[in-house]
Amino acid sequence: MFIQFLIDVLSLGGAYALMALGLVIVYGILKLVNFAYGELIMVAGYTMYMVSGSGLPWLAMAFVAVVMAIVGGIATDYVAFRPVRAKSVTAVLITSFAFSTLLQNAAQLFISPRPRTVPLPDIFSTTVQIAGVITPARNLITIAAAVILLALFAFVMKRSILGIAMRAAATHFTMARMLGVPANLIISSAFAISGFFAGVVSLLWIGRIGTVVPGIGLEPLLIAFIATVIGGMRSLQGAVLGGFLLAFIDTGLNYSLPQDLLKFRDAFTFSLVILILLWRPEGLMKGPATGQRT
Amino acid sequence: MKRHVVTLAILMSLLAALVVATELTEVRLFDRIATNLCINLVLVLGMQAFMGNSGILSFAHIGFMGVGAYTSAALTIPLQMKGMALPDLYPVIAAVEVSPYLGIVAGGLVTALVAAAVSYPLMRLSDAAAVITFFALLVVLHTIMLHWSQVTNGPRTLFGIPKATDLTLAAGCAALAMIAALAFKESRIGLLLRSTRDDETAAAALGASIPGLRWRAFILSALFAGIGGALWGHFITSFSPKAFYLKETFVILGMLVIGGANTVSGAVVGTFMVTFAFEGLRAVESGFNRAQTFSEQVVGLTEITLALAMIGIIALRPGGIFATREIGAILMRLIQKKRESS
Repeated sequence: MFIQFLIDVLSLGGAYALMALGLVIVYGILKLVNFAYGELIMVAGYTMYMVSGSGLPWLAMAFVAVVMAIVGGIATDYVAFRPVRAKSVTAVLITSFAFSTLLQNAAQLFISPRPRTVPLPDIFSTTVQIAGVITPARNLITIAAAVILLALFAFVMKRSILGIAMRAAATHFTMARMLGVPANLIISSAFAISGFFAGVVSLLWIGRIGTVVPGIGLEPLLIAFIATVIGGMRSLQGAVLGGFLLAFIDTGLNYSLPQDLLKFRDAFTFSLVILILLWRPEGLMKGPATGQRT
Repeated sequence: MKRHVVTLAILMSLLAALVVATELTEVRLFDRIATNLCINLVLVLGMQAFMGNSGILSFAHIGFMGVGAYTSAALTIPLQMKGMALPDLYPVIAAVEVSPYLGIVAGGLVTALVAAAVSYPLMRLSDAAAVITFFALLVVLHTIMLHWSQVTNGPRTLFGIPKATDLTLAAGCAALAMIAALAFKESRIGLLLRSTRDDETAAAALGASIPGLRWRAFILSALFAGIGGALWGHFITSFSPKAFYLKETFVILGMLVIGGANTVSGAVVGTFMVTFAFEGLRAVESGFNRAQTFSEQVVGLTEITLALAMIGIIALRPGGIFATREIGAILMRLIQKKRESS
């Protein structure tokens, strides 16, 4: 029972943490709540659907899907963000909301409003037994992917020049620019990284359902929202912490709430978000305080 | 003062022209479009009252529209229908059946009360934190509508709402909303609130109590949303919680942003433009679908166009068509300039 709970929390939390990181990397530098983030997950899903007939091995298809999500992320920058970068926060929010609707309806118009099947590797549907607990192998894959990616990401952010420049930009954008950090490159990289996380999350998330629909991005977007708000909107560690904490709360409620209250679970978690924002607008972990981006 | 009268006169004549033109043509479809436009006008003006004056993007607006629609529905569904439409309704409300007009008023008032109760603590937040909070509030409201089956019939369609909204009623409400939005904008509270929008720190330093000001605007905005929702409910007569979510939010927001969130003229003109553009595109869509030009149904063309228009407007003219001045003020200034030069 305990091991079951632990695996559930860790695999769900791993996926949530990756989602939250993709959102917060953009927010941390640009103070932009990217509503189109969920649609990057959708883009990766539809890419999988479209290349499914090509006969490539699954890993190659997954690679193409992640690349497309990265392209989608950079496109968000060029379409929704760059033209309005110097304008108010509200303007940027509206354009990202508009871009999200644009992508969603484009998928509806050019592909189909109905679900499309996505190829999955066989290992996603197998189960394994650990310490007497039977669990789907994809849960363990999720945990592994989360651990590897989080470690890799932490390393890049701490050690590489790009990572240091990005952290500098998140701390004080104007100062970083004066010291020669190229603003456009940093912003585009942030969107590209966001797209990368969206792509990976898409593979793991769609692995649970096996199909993709135009509205698939909404749930991951909401999850990423809550996780970042809980953990701290401006802190990368906070996003990861928030992801795992949210998974813990969700799984805990799943195990403990009676059935007729369980359907209100989202209302509970979102009320929690509102309360946390009121009580501690910074989230659990404080990040650097800045908001300039020009 | 005179310029406000001019503004109101121009906007009213726009509305009157719509009503007269529709009544003269006597086409059912036009009547439906015009009524829908007037209902949207109430909703957009409601959003303008808060967003335009406070500068905070409110995602919760459409959630409150749902509150109004469901309140009025629960009060007005005829008694013999209630057993079928809402079998688990609480006995207190199940025994009530009021006229739809009373229901619409009640819808607005209940929504305003709900908004007043939940929103006060949220008014301290600004910028991104405020937007996420309102977004969370929309999700909370949606989840409640989706699962409170006693009152909303759950995710299923609620039917049996008496038809009461016609063009005259909707246009009347839209006219009242116009007056109220303009009066609020030019009132003392409206002026103070606009000062907090332009510079929060300076306004606070001058003694403006920001949460209180925003709170009043929010309640007014929710009142409009509730009335708009109830009107819509009595127009469409059957709906499900899906109607009060992101898609509708996007349309209403698009109307406001394209017209210009800061002015009442912008809200009105934006609603007219987007509605006409939408109906035109919808005709194109259904033309394609009827002729079966493509193998699949054409859907989403309207939203794509609106999204592109929104991004374009914000990039090129961030304030919308009427960014800062009402149409009356612009005209008066033009006339004055002409007089001075001659």
